[in-house]
Amino acid sequence: MNTVKKYLGIVWIILAMAISYYFIGIFGSKLTSGKQDDLVFGIIIFFILLPLIVTGLTIFGWYALTDEYED
Amino acid sequence: MSGKSTKGIWKVITASSLGTMIEWYDFYIFGSLAVVLSTKFFPTDNPTAAFLSTLATFAAGFVVRPFGALFFGRLGDLIGRKYTFMVTLLIMGGATFLIGCIPSYQTIGYLAPLLVLLLRLLQGLALGGEYGGAATYVAEHAPKNQKGYWTSWIQITATAGLFLSLLVILLTKGLLSKEAFDDWGWRVPFWISIFMVIISYVIRKNMDESPAFAKAKSEGKTSLNPLKESFNNRLNLKFILLALFGATMGQGVVWYTGQFYAMSFMKTVQNIDSSQVDTLLVIALLLGTPFFVLFGWLSDKIGRKSIMMTGLLLAVFLYRPIYREMYLITDAKAMKESGNSLVPEGCKVIDSPVASILTEADKADPTIKNSRVFIETKTDTLFSTGAIFHYTKTDTLFLDKALAFDLNKKAHKEVWLKYDAKNSTGEVTHNSVKLKNSSKAGDTSAGVDTIHCGPLRQFADGQTIHKSHEFGKSKIGNVIVTKNITSAVKWYLVFLVFIQVLFVTMVYGPIAAFLVEMFPVKIRYTSMSLPYHVGNGIFGGLLPAISTYFVTTAKNVGNPEFYLEGLWYPIGIAAVCFIIGMIYIDRKINTLHD
Repeated sequence: MNTVKKYLGIVWIILAMAISYYFIGIFGSKLTSGKQDDLVFGIIIFFILLPLIVTGLTIFGWYALTDEYED
Repeated sequence: MSGKSTKGIWKVITASSLGTMIEWYDFYIFGSLAVVLSTKFFPTDNPTAAFLSTLATFAAGFVVRPFGALFFGRLGDLIGRKYTFMVTLLIMGGATFLIGCIPSYQTIGYLAPLLVLLLRLLQGLALGGEYGGAATYVAEHAPKNQKGYWTSWIQITATAGLFLSLLVILLTKGLLSKEAFDDWGWRVPFWISIFMVIISYVIRKNMDESPAFAKAKSEGKTSLNPLKESFNNRLNLKFILLALFGATMGQGVVWYTGQFYAMSFMKTVQNIDSSQVDTLLVIALLLGTPFFVLFGWLSDKIGRKSIMMTGLLLAVFLYRPIYREMYLITDAKAMKESGNSLVPEGCKVIDSPVASILTEADKADPTIKNSRVFIETKTDTLFSTGAIFHYTKTDTLFLDKALAFDLNKKAHKEVWLKYDAKNSTGEVTHNSVKLKNSSKAGDTSAGVDTIHCGPLRQFADGQTIHKSHEFGKSKIGNVIVTKNITSAVKWYLVFLVFIQVLFVTMVYGPIAAFLVEMFPVKIRYTSMSLPYHVGNGIFGGLLPAISTYFVTTAKNVGNPEFYLEGLWYPIGIAAVCFIIGMIYIDRKINTLHD
């Protein structure tokens, strides 16, 4: 199980990157639509949710890769 | 546990739960009165006020809560749980009371929405600090092997707060005339908060500090810098990340899907009448509430992880079937094709629905003076047994932009019914919206915010009944038609929502104890509050907006199952959370800090 935990760390880091790519692709228009509701929504997605997911999952993946979660 | 200590912990539960429930009440009252508040403080024809409204909704509801968790969590680990969650209670109560005192936008202009925004931010901060304090306080009083059971009472408070807010609003509305409620009565639920807060404050004031924190303090083992020790310490940070990605983010989306998205789905996607949705939701929540305690108790016996992960897994696999069933049960075409058993025996659905238009109610309803106006048009599906309307169903009528009309001229909507008087059955022969006196095509009529409804006119002309309905002004695309569901459909929907609430209770019931046990006493308040409010407030709180975006996008591209697309967000988050939780959470994690 420790090996699985360790190498899944790579998956979490890749997932973080994939999510950022996906979010930029689908929600990017929110920032430039010109509507104020969209702007607030876009700002929260890009400056709150996305950084949380990307940095959080990347650090989590790195910890997993460096055996921090080893039994 | 001895009788004396049981009595003692019930006092702790009462003091903690009451305050937390009041905080949830304060938080929800804003949302429950959102329509009235928008007319008083955030007029939609004013872009700046509308912007502040959006900011108040998003910022206070979701973004500020983690900051409250950090600020008050630090305070709780420095000076104690008891004093900190007394402060959050007073801030929340004070902010709520003051919202009820702010003069309207008409009286003081931009200052009104700005003050509301400021007080709403204070509400968010206070809520961010309250939950962690209450959960920690109760858990540190509870016996080692019963933390799941006792903290589950704290988990009930969010639902109880929602009930209380709805109850107070209903009572106030019942005691006052509609005009009085719209004029000043809406302020009463905000004012009432201060009395509840004072009572709760007095109860909490007489409680002792948590034994675990008092012991740590007397031994000089409290933290000098809880934020640094929580987040600058690799050993602790890894547990915070694990709590977030392996538990709370999944809990957040399951929580919001089972309660708020279900409500939004029924109201906006299925177009079921709002009061019917509120009623069935209240029933489902009431039926589900005891399960918070049941799963909290069970988590003491078989472990927190297995229950939470089961809840997540069930959510991942069952959300789409549940929501498909919810949608199809109110879709007349699907009912006919599937021979749905809810159609009474001997009845069959006629191809096209019979339409009737409710006009007088609209005319009398002062809310239609506002921009969120709608014409409630009931379209009934008539079964072949005769004149009994077993089931009613409507479709949203969106006015075609090409049919836009001059704001100053009257529009005319007609519904033609072919009617067989002998059998009292009928079918629609022509069900369209005609806008007479229309102006040039492409006029969007943006900004129009009033509908004037004329009287319903009905003519019996041989085999045909002609109903016509006049209204003066409308906003393009803002004609919403609602469904009235039968008792059988209602109870079936109660059942489907209840299943979702069960998932909520599985992941939410044991989570307070789970989080408390992950972190040491000296940084517990800070460390457990942050992942909870990020998971619940941000991952969960953004669910309605993100899911609605997916649904709208799918609908625009003609996806036949557009109504299910919004579920990909909670399903995706819950699935990742399940995998991380299953693999990385150690079953012995609750014994780390014994």
